[in-house]
Amino acid sequence: MEEETFAKDVEAGISLGEDQVVYSSGYWTLPHLANLERRLARFPWPKTPELIWDLGGIQAVDTGGAWLLQRTLNALQQEGRRVVLRRLSPAQAELMRMVARSWAEGHISAPPAQPGRLERIGLLVWREGIQLQEALAFLGESVMTLLRTFARPRTLRLQALLKRLELDGYHSLPIIGLLLFLVGTVIAYQGAEQLRPLGADIFVVDLVGISMLREIAPLVTAIVIAGRSGAAYTAEIGTMNVTEELDALRTIGISPQELLVIPRIAALVIALPLLTVFGDLIGVLGGMLVAFGELGIRYTEFISRFREQIALRHYLIGIGKAPVFAIIIALVGCYQGFQVRGSVESVGRNTTTSVVQAIFLVIVFDALFSILLSWWKL
Amino acid sequence: MAVGPLRSHAKEPVVEVHHLSTRFGATVVHEDISLTIYRGELFAVIGASGSGKTTLLREMIHLQRPDAGSIRIFGQETNAMGTTELRRLRRRCGVLFQEGALFSALTVAENAAVPLREYTGLSGRLIQELALIKIALTGLPPESARKYPDELSTGMRKRAALARAIALDPELLFLDEPTAGLDPISAGGLDALIQHLKAWLGLTIVMVTHDLDTLWRVADRVAMLGEGRILAIGTMAELARSKEPLIQAFFQGRRGVKVKERRWNQK
Repeated sequence: MEEETFAKDVEAGISLGEDQVVYSSGYWTLPHLANLERRLARFPWPKTPELIWDLGGIQAVDTGGAWLLQRTLNALQQEGRRVVLRRLSPAQAELMRMVARSWAEGHISAPPAQPGRLERIGLLVWREGIQLQEALAFLGESVMTLLRTFARPRTLRLQALLKRLELDGYHSLPIIGLLLFLVGTVIAYQGAEQLRPLGADIFVVDLVGISMLREIAPLVTAIVIAGRSGAAYTAEIGTMNVTEELDALRTIGISPQELLVIPRIAALVIALPLLTVFGDLIGVLGGMLVAFGELGIRYTEFISRFREQIALRHYLIGIGKAPVFAIIIALVGCYQGFQVRGSVESVGRNTTTSVVQAIFLVIVFDALFSILLSWWKL
Repeated sequence: MAVGPLRSHAKEPVVEVHHLSTRFGATVVHEDISLTIYRGELFAVIGASGSGKTTLLREMIHLQRPDAGSIRIFGQETNAMGTTELRRLRRRCGVLFQEGALFSALTVAENAAVPLREYTGLSGRLIQELALIKIALTGLPPESARKYPDELSTGMRKRAALARAIALDPELLFLDEPTAGLDPISAGGLDALIQHLKAWLGLTIVMVTHDLDTLWRVADRVAMLGEGRILAIGTMAELARSKEPLIQAFFQGRRGVKVKERRWNQK
C-alpha cells in the first residue's frame, strides 16, 4: 500500500451512474474497508437481472478489497443475477481468483453444535473422574518416592532441600512477622474494647494467647506460604513441563518426583512449623504491646498470666497442624505443576488453581482438626 | 500489498542499512555493516551461528537498537521515529519468528485475526473471513483454524504464524529461520509457499536462514555475515564462486557440497 492511502480523504467508493452502471473507485484496501463494507451493505443495487459493474476507477486493491468484491459478487449471483465486471485489470482478476480459491478451500462452517445438557454433565463427571484418578496416582507416586527416600536417606537431594529451606522458609520470615504482628494487635484492640466495660481486662492475655497459638498463627502462616511457595512450585514445575525439562530429567534417569517434589515437601514440613513458632512469638508480642498501651497491663503481668493460663497443648496443637498444612501445600503445588499441559496459558491457570485449592484444603483440614479435637475434649 | 497503478517497478530501496555497528558488552556483533534491499526482492542473510543474523533482523524490525549507524525502512529513518510513526511502519511489515510465537491462548484463526482487529475497524464477520482466507493461503487445512497452537505440528505452526504475519497484506515480510526444524518435505513446501506469496502479494522478503536448499531455491540475493562484517553480497551462484575462505567453508562443508551436486545433477 502506498503512503497516500493513509490519508483519510482517499476513500473507497461505489456509486450508481445514470446509465444504471455501478461504478467503483478509490482504494479498496484494508484501511478503507470498514467504511466500504457498510456502504456496500446498504447500496441500492439496481433491480435488473443483468448488472454492469465498472471497476476501472479502482486505484488499488489488496486481498481484503478483493475478498469484499468477490463476496459482494457472490451474493449478487446467489440472487440469480448476472453480473458483468467491466474494466477489471488482470492483476485484480488474479487477486480475486486467488482469494476465491482460498475461501473455497479454507472456509469452515460455524463451530460444531454445543453438546446437550446430559452430554455436558457426562463430560464433566468423566473429566472430574480422570482428575481424581490422576491426583490419586500422583499422591501414590509421591508416597512411594517418600518411602524410598526414608529407606535410603542418601537419595534425598540435600542441596535442593537446603535451597528450598532458604527460599521458602528463611525468606518468608519478614512477611509472616509483619502480618502476624498486625493480626495480634488487631485481636488485642478488639478484645480490649469488649473486656474493659466488664472489668475483665486481664483476660485479653487468654484471648490473644489461645487464639494466636492454636488457630491464627498456623492458619495465617499456611495461607501466606500457600500463596508464596505453593504458587511458585506450580509455576516452576509447570514451566519445566512446558519446556520438556521434566522429560529430559526422566531420560537422564532422574525421577522428577525425587528431585522436585520430595525436597519441596520436606522443606515445607520443616519450615512451616518453625515459621509458625516465629508467628506465635510475634503475634503475642503485638498483643502484648496493645495490652500495655490500651489497658495498661504491664509486660511482666502479661507474661506471668500467660504462663499460668495458657496450657501447653494449645501451642502443641498449633504447631502440630503445621506439618499437615505443609504437606497439603507442597503436594497441591507440585501436582498442579505436573498437570500443566502444552501452553504458557496453562501455567497461569494452574497456578491460580493451585493457590485456591491449597488455601481451601488448609481451611477444611483446620476445621476437621477443630472437630476432632473437640471430640477428644482437648 | 496493493495492486494498482501507483506501483513503480524501478529499483526502489525498501530497507537501507548504513554503517551499522552492534556490540554486546565487549563482544562485537556487527562492525560497520551496510546493505540495501530493493522492492520485490527475496533477500537472504546467512552466516554461521552467532554471526549476528538474527540480531540484524531484530534491529530491522526495531526490537533492538544498534549502537551506531542507521536503518531506513521505506525511506524513513527508524531510529528517529515516534510511537505513531512506528505503529504505522509496523502495520506495513509482517514478521515470522523462529518458533512461530503464536499466542497460545488463541486459536489459529484468532491469531491471524489479531492484527486485523488491532489495525482495522472491520466487522467481526469480515475479519473472520479474511483470517480464514489467509490461513488457507498458507496451505493449512481448514480444520486447523479452530485448533490451538499446541495442537499443531512444528510445520503447521510455522504456517499458522505466517498467516498472522501476512494478515494485513504487508509490503515487507521478515522471516527468521522459516525452515528450521522442519523435515525436508515440509521445508520444501514452505519454500514454495514463500515464493507463491511473494508473487501473489508482491512482497519484499528479508529472510535469515541456514538452509542451503532454501537459499538455492528462493533467494534472489544473499548477504553473508561473518567476523562482524558482510563477507559478500550477491546471488547464490556468485557467492558459491567466491574465494573467501569463510564462504568456501559454508558452501564446501559436506552438506553444502551435496546440495550443490544435487543442483548440478538437476541441470
